Amino acid sequence: MIEATGLTKDYGDKRAVDGLTFTVRPGVVTGFLGPNGSGKSTTMRLILGLDAPSGGDVTVNGKHYRDHASPLHEVGALLEARSVHTGRSAYNHLLALAQTHGIGKRRVDELIDLVGLHDVARKRAGQFSLGMGQRLGIATALLGDPATLLLDEPVNGLDPEGIHWIRNLLKSLAAEGRTVFVSSHLMSEMALTADHLIVIGRGRLIADASVDEVVHRASGGAVRVRTPEAERLRDVLLAEHASVDGGEPGLLEVRGLTAEQIGKAAFAHGVALYELTPQQASLEEAFMELTQEDVEYRSPESEVVVEGAVA
Amino acid sequence: MSSVTPRAAVPRLDQPGRLTQLRVARSEWTKLYSLRSTRWSLLAAVFLTIGLPVLFAAVTASHWGSMSPQEQAQRDPLEIALAGVNLSQLAVAVLGVLVITGEYSTGMIRASFTAVPRRLPVLWAKAGVFALVTFVLAVPSVLVAFFASQAILARHDILQVSFSSPGVARSVIGGAVYLMLVGLFALAIGAIVRNTAGGISLFAALFFVIPPLMLLLPSSWQDAIMPYLPSEAGRAVFSLTHGSGSLSPGAGLAVFVGYTVVAMAVAAVLLVRRDT
Repeated sequence: MIEATGLTKDYGDKRAVDGLTFTVRPGVVTGFLGPNGSGKSTTMRLILGLDAPSGGDVTVNGKHYRDHASPLHEVGALLEARSVHTGRSAYNHLLALAQTHGIGKRRVDELIDLVGLHDVARKRAGQFSLGMGQRLGIATALLGDPATLLLDEPVNGLDPEGIHWIRNLLKSLAAEGRTVFVSSHLMSEMALTADHLIVIGRGRLIADASVDEVVHRASGGAVRVRTPEAERLRDVLLAEHASVDGGEPGLLEVRGLTAEQIGKAAFAHGVALYELTPQQASLEEAFMELTQEDVEYRSPESEVVVEGAVA
Repeated sequence: MSSVTPRAAVPRLDQPGRLTQLRVARSEWTKLYSLRSTRWSLLAAVFLTIGLPVLFAAVTASHWGSMSPQEQAQRDPLEIALAGVNLSQLAVAVLGVLVITGEYSTGMIRASFTAVPRRLPVLWAKAGVFALVTFVLAVPSVLVAFFASQAILARHDILQVSFSSPGVARSVIGGAVYLMLVGLFALAIGAIVRNTAGGISLFAALFFVIPPLMLLLPSSWQDAIMPYLPSEAGRAVFSLTHGSGSLSPGAGLAVFVGYTVVAMAVAAVLLVRRDT
């Protein structure tokens, strides 16, 4: 369980996180979404106490993270920025962190096997590929058998097999009753793993809802209607207080009425319908719509989120 | 959604342990020995501490006949025995800085502070483990340096000093104490600066650049300032003779320990306050 209230962080003049209030609950995978630079990584650092908030507060499992007697048992974290000494082997990296909590070598070996680093465990971490580094980061996060997992962009650099593995891992960790908080700037990834979403843009909360709700809200309950008598149907629906947009001839996009209500109205007035389709936005579209105003970095011509910007 | 079962569930941990200072110290010991740079720096320090006195002793012994009586009289056997400390302090200091700045440059510090969110136990553990390792290696090194250089100079009675003569044992062991304190001082500088190049430069400025610059000052100023510089106060700990321009061993030790404590305190305050 992670509880943030009015969480704020300023770096000089720049407000990276702006009054975030949210709760991350155990038992489900909660996606933490936002364009690059929207404050996701900063929020994660604030949760861990690596950065001190300028305002507001955040607790993990009821306490400030630093006040826990056994921190690694409370939170396992994978940060986006590399957090491994390049000159140390994966084994010794895990061992050193394990020893702070009196966790033994057997546990270290188990986790190395779990993440599939057995063959390279004695190699210096500086020689690891991005994907191997991610796997080491995940082993680090799982070291203390934590009640809460905090993973910043965990699929970065993983191959398809690794991505598949992470998805299942996250779901099974949540199913075990753990709190799983995963950030991503990739909507498609979250659509496959997350149950609940916290969406931020420019450090502010945009949405805190289930994946279904976010999608529904973005599509705005629009219904697409195809009819040869578009003009007549428009007048009928406007009389029912619907809002109607018409793009192509013979095509209407209706909001404010359900597909059933539209069908009945058309039937009552003897208008033939060729198509009556409730519109479902993809999560991707929902995300774009939600964060449109809040994208920090965009390329001028395409207005697409720039990849690789520092979060 | 997907019907594929996870390849393996995460094994549960039977007994999640509590965070303790002693455990953090064990962790820091693992961190220290598991880096190649540590092993090389310590090996270099041992090699220099022993090798330089052996070299100087050998050169002195072989050129003894060609030296003027005045030159011969200027040779100080203890200075020869501890000549290596002057150079090995650089290896110890560089390692002291690296012990902490290496974590900042690689990002490891975030993992360390996630495991130990109160942070200070990490600083104390680093300081304690590093001081212990340095001291445990430095004591036999200075002893070997002393007895080896004495053995090489055995033919020249004038250069023989007994380990039991007043001040000799204190000077020799003082060399090891000095190395340990230099390491701690450098570690504190590293924690303050958080940058390898900056930390090493600051140390070099304090210990190697500022002292000779003092010679440009009027001699009355020199006498007032010089003895209290960290390098000079530290030198008093392992010098046999103490002129008017230097502190007594006890006073020198107190001053140098004072600098180290202040630097460590500043490091501790900043470590807790700053964002990582």
